[in-house]
Amino acid sequence: MAETATRRSPMAHVHARFAAATRSCGGALRLAELPYLTQVNVRLDPKGPAADAVRLELGLPLPLEPNTATRGGGLAALWLGPDEWLVVGPPTARDTLASRLSEAIGDEHASVVDVSAQRTTLLVAGRLATDLLAHGCSLDLHPRSFGAGRCAQTTLARAQVVLVPRDETKPGFWVLVRSSFAGYLAEWLLDAASEYVGEHSAPRT
Amino acid sequence: MTPQAFRLPEGGRVSRDEPVGFVFDGVRYQGYRGDTLASALLANGVHMTGTSIKLGRPRGIFSAGVEEPNAVVQIEAPFPEPMLPATTVELFDGLVASGLPGQGRLSADPDPARYDAVHAHCDVLVVGAGPAGLAAAAAAARSGARVVLADDQPELGGSLLGTREVLDGCPAAEWAAEVGRALEAAPEVRVLRRTTVFGYYDDNHLVAVERRTNHLGPLAPAHLSRERVWRIRARRVVLATGAHERSLAFADNDRPAVMLAGSARAYVNRYGAVPGRRAVVFTTNDSAYAAALDLAAAGVEIAAVADTRPERGEWARRAEQAGIEVLTGHAVVGTEGERRIASVTVAPLDGGSPSGAPREVAADLLLVSGGWNPVVHLFSQAGGRLWYDAELGSFVPDSCRQAVDVAGSARGVFHLSGCLADGAAAGRRATEAEGFAVEEPLALPRAAEEPRSPALPVFVVPGPDGAGSATHFVDLQRDVTVADLARATGAGMSSVEHLKRYTTAGTANDQGKTSGVLTSGAIAHLLGVDVGALGTTTYRAPYAPVSFAALAGRDRGVLHDPVRVTALHDRHVALGALFENVGQWKRPWYYPREGEDMAAAVLRECRAAREGVALMDASTLGKIEVRGPDSGIFLDLLYTNMMSTLKVGMIRYGVMCRADGMVFDDGTVIRLAQDRFLMTTTTGNAAAVLDWMEEWLQTEWPHLRVHCTSVTEQWATVALVGPRSREVLGSLAPELAVDNDAFPFMAWRDTAVAGIGARVCRISFSGELAYEINVLPWDAPALWDALLGAGGRLGITPYGTETMHVLRAEKGYPIIGQDTDGTVTPQDLGMGWAVSKKKPDFIGKRSHSRPDTARPDRKHLVGLLPDDPAVLLPEGAHLIDSEVLPAPPVPMLGHVTSSYRSAALGRTFALALVRGGRDRIGERLYAPVGDHVVPVTVASPVLHDPEGTRRDG
Repeated sequence: MAETATRRSPMAHVHARFAAATRSCGGALRLAELPYLTQVNVRLDPKGPAADAVRLELGLPLPLEPNTATRGGGLAALWLGPDEWLVVGPPTARDTLASRLSEAIGDEHASVVDVSAQRTTLLVAGRLATDLLAHGCSLDLHPRSFGAGRCAQTTLARAQVVLVPRDETKPGFWVLVRSSFAGYLAEWLLDAASEYVGEHSAPRT
Repeated sequence: MTPQAFRLPEGGRVSRDEPVGFVFDGVRYQGYRGDTLASALLANGVHMTGTSIKLGRPRGIFSAGVEEPNAVVQIEAPFPEPMLPATTVELFDGLVASGLPGQGRLSADPDPARYDAVHAHCDVLVVGAGPAGLAAAAAAARSGARVVLADDQPELGGSLLGTREVLDGCPAAEWAAEVGRALEAAPEVRVLRRTTVFGYYDDNHLVAVERRTNHLGPLAPAHLSRERVWRIRARRVVLATGAHERSLAFADNDRPAVMLAGSARAYVNRYGAVPGRRAVVFTTNDSAYAAALDLAAAGVEIAAVADTRPERGEWARRAEQAGIEVLTGHAVVGTEGERRIASVTVAPLDGGSPSGAPREVAADLLLVSGGWNPVVHLFSQAGGRLWYDAELGSFVPDSCRQAVDVAGSARGVFHLSGCLADGAAAGRRATEAEGFAVEEPLALPRAAEEPRSPALPVFVVPGPDGAGSATHFVDLQRDVTVADLARATGAGMSSVEHLKRYTTAGTANDQGKTSGVLTSGAIAHLLGVDVGALGTTTYRAPYAPVSFAALAGRDRGVLHDPVRVTALHDRHVALGALFENVGQWKRPWYYPREGEDMAAAVLRECRAAREGVALMDASTLGKIEVRGPDSGIFLDLLYTNMMSTLKVGMIRYGVMCRADGMVFDDGTVIRLAQDRFLMTTTTGNAAAVLDWMEEWLQTEWPHLRVHCTSVTEQWATVALVGPRSREVLGSLAPELAVDNDAFPFMAWRDTAVAGIGARVCRISFSGELAYEINVLPWDAPALWDALLGAGGRLGITPYGTETMHVLRAEKGYPIIGQDTDGTVTPQDLGMGWAVSKKKPDFIGKRSHSRPDTARPDRKHLVGLLPDDPAVLLPEGAHLIDSEVLPAPPVPMLGHVTSSYRSAALGRTFALALVRGGRDRIGERLYAPVGDHVVPVTVASPVLHDPEGTRRDG
């Protein structure tokens, strides 16, 4: 089905405030929604033939080490559990990614479910990205322990998120959050950023 | 009095070019930036800050730090804050404070300041930036390890700020500043000033509060947090928390201008303020001599030093060289003076008791030193054990199960060179333990080696009757005396924990920092036991009081709890919906029009759904996709009814029970393909149901080839309801054959609705012809708008959860969690039809054959019709079978679970769980409500369209 011009992403209502906050702190923080990324939930036996089929089709292995990610070909595979991954790609992959995987797996037992709308993705980048997230994330986000190639399912403030550091060349994080929590998390981030953004963008309360 | 008459003409670390005006107890004073409220008061000759909580005795500034028991003040402006030690309040222009006799007052206005929290992680956390802490942090930082150094003062240096000690020929405070600068410049080091580490929890998790803008007073920028809570996870911890001086118990030891000797020294050296003109010093150890000499050098006349030790040590000789009279083997046995000390009485000691002629010495200041207590609070909180070092007269750290080291005076090393070396070694040990290599050790500055002679710890100077009098205070803040302790020991108590609770010693907001060990010592004295064997009371977090505002941080107001909204939330707001909280979700409750109350709005919405067309946002229902060749087998085990026989393209309602046979959740299951199902759950149970499914798959049935994936938010759902809903859907879905034969009840179809890819399910939760249209949430606003547009000429009406409840209740559809409470079986609900008798097993099956679940007089879900069709029964009302309320105990037959006004029935009605209810249909029961008893008739729970004629339109 063709995309319509009337589509609305879960954080559409805060895009302007994200942009204003990014400007006010001179890019020391960058907040932006990356809407409509393709997300496919994959569940399969990592030792079975379906895993090989996925690896061959994606051109990258599903990571086996807990809380790690693999990247390649514009796709990222995030470890969510011993038999569960989230494959993330650009919005343009939405019509094909899940079906490609399903076809590659064929009759082998696996679950491939399009969950692109289940979560939206927030970009938190800039020099102060780690400081900002540290207001609400109890994990150690220092590059020594949470660098490129890691991912985590955790909470940011009181919302469940999947947290993914971008690669070395692009510091910052992806924060994948359930769409229904997106508004709350956006308000929380803008509030947490008020110290860095300055007094003129005090949050609405 | 001359302004700042007790300020030295020069010296100290205050900024004399930055005068600060403040008000205390209604009097305007001046101090300097860099002062504390206490040092500024002392510079103005003010010792007394209030009266004591129980006895109303005058009390004054006793210490120079967080241990202060007496000078507890109420901040009045810029924002009221209760019970802060004046010794920790940094002076700022515009400060208004007053002394407190006991409790303070919280402001009645909301605190406008911002408070926040941050998580931090490090290889080494060093607590305390005195000589030991600075050396530890510097040693650790050299390795490249991530270091956090936290200190409660605005300036690094700890005790060095209050002495005239010299390192490498320069003032020691300069060394501290230089180390601080280097640490702050290091990339992996974080220096937190004005930060009190107040809690030490398991796995080296420590919590601190940073006072970030308090010291700026009214000039504090609003966008910065006033206080910040740091939650620090440290691989290793070095505690360099220093030591607190303690007092001794002697008669009238609580008057204003009785002060800890080391604190007086700090006031002179750090703040350039002299606490008096003529002082007597009472000590059990060497440290008070340094204080006496520093005060003498600042021009304070030292009238005498009373030293409990009989021998004349090197420090005594130094004092005598400075012209100070030293009375060895002497003790202070009393004081005089009202608002401050006027004279001090000393007497020789013999065998620990005063003997011989007392001598009264005129003085306006009495400095006391009963020894030093290492600050072991955090170490103890960490689970560390203490032992009593009799030579030091102090409890010092022993071992601890956590990765913690203690350095410097916090472990009883009381000389400067020792503290530096101890700290550096601890810092190096910590980094090496974490695998960081340091080639060469930190170069430490040279400190003068001072003479040392052993202390003679004395806790109590007995009064004339041989015991403590009623003015031998041990806990100044709680007004606890040796006489109070004697009453407790006399009553047979011998544990410090019992005595603490009986006397309240150590329970004030200073947490007994100056009184705890003294209390133990006094009890040991009374019981004639060894203080080491007696021990101390338990040290608990917080080390120092922390405001609730700081602990709450940003978790208040709109950020207190996440609000979950659907993709259509903005549309509901625009339509004027009022919202209901369902779990964390905000769901439209009803959409009142101008002038409508809730009852009127709901009746209108109900009529629209039953007579025309209406729509609601059903997106919050939980959705789980179940995939795999064994999915049918799995769902047969999960639900009470059969799911494996469901045909692709069709939908079935299902009930789930727990193993106890009680209803847990319900919803629909649609079969997407032979090996693919999509099930819905109730809104509040979505996560619990998925966990339940994973639990069974992972623990009981790992052989089943099934995977579950939550897709709750992959789909937004709009329910289109009412006899005219088919027309609306048909007009928007030209590719869909909407007639009843082509698209029957409980079927689903994929099609385009308003040009949007949709899955349309013919499901009804109202008994009317209805559809649930599922689209991607991104497209949901467009779908909603299209439905409103297409249904406009038919009067399409948005409705909320209240109308949904009325519609379903009219049909007797239960809401799990409202009409059920975890003690209700499907059979109790009249849903025996949904419990398979063919399946060999399902969760809860065995429980359904228990005698208790099979008995006929269980509570059944039934309808209730009040005799007066206008009376709305309150939900929760109980039901009895007599018109007159009998004497208690009243036999209860059940209770009302749902109660509404029905547009379709033209009357009120209710659902209720009633004992043997299905056998009582037609019977008259009574509901006591307030002062009356409301007569009702038991009915079938299906009150509207029992034949089901409306479902196909």
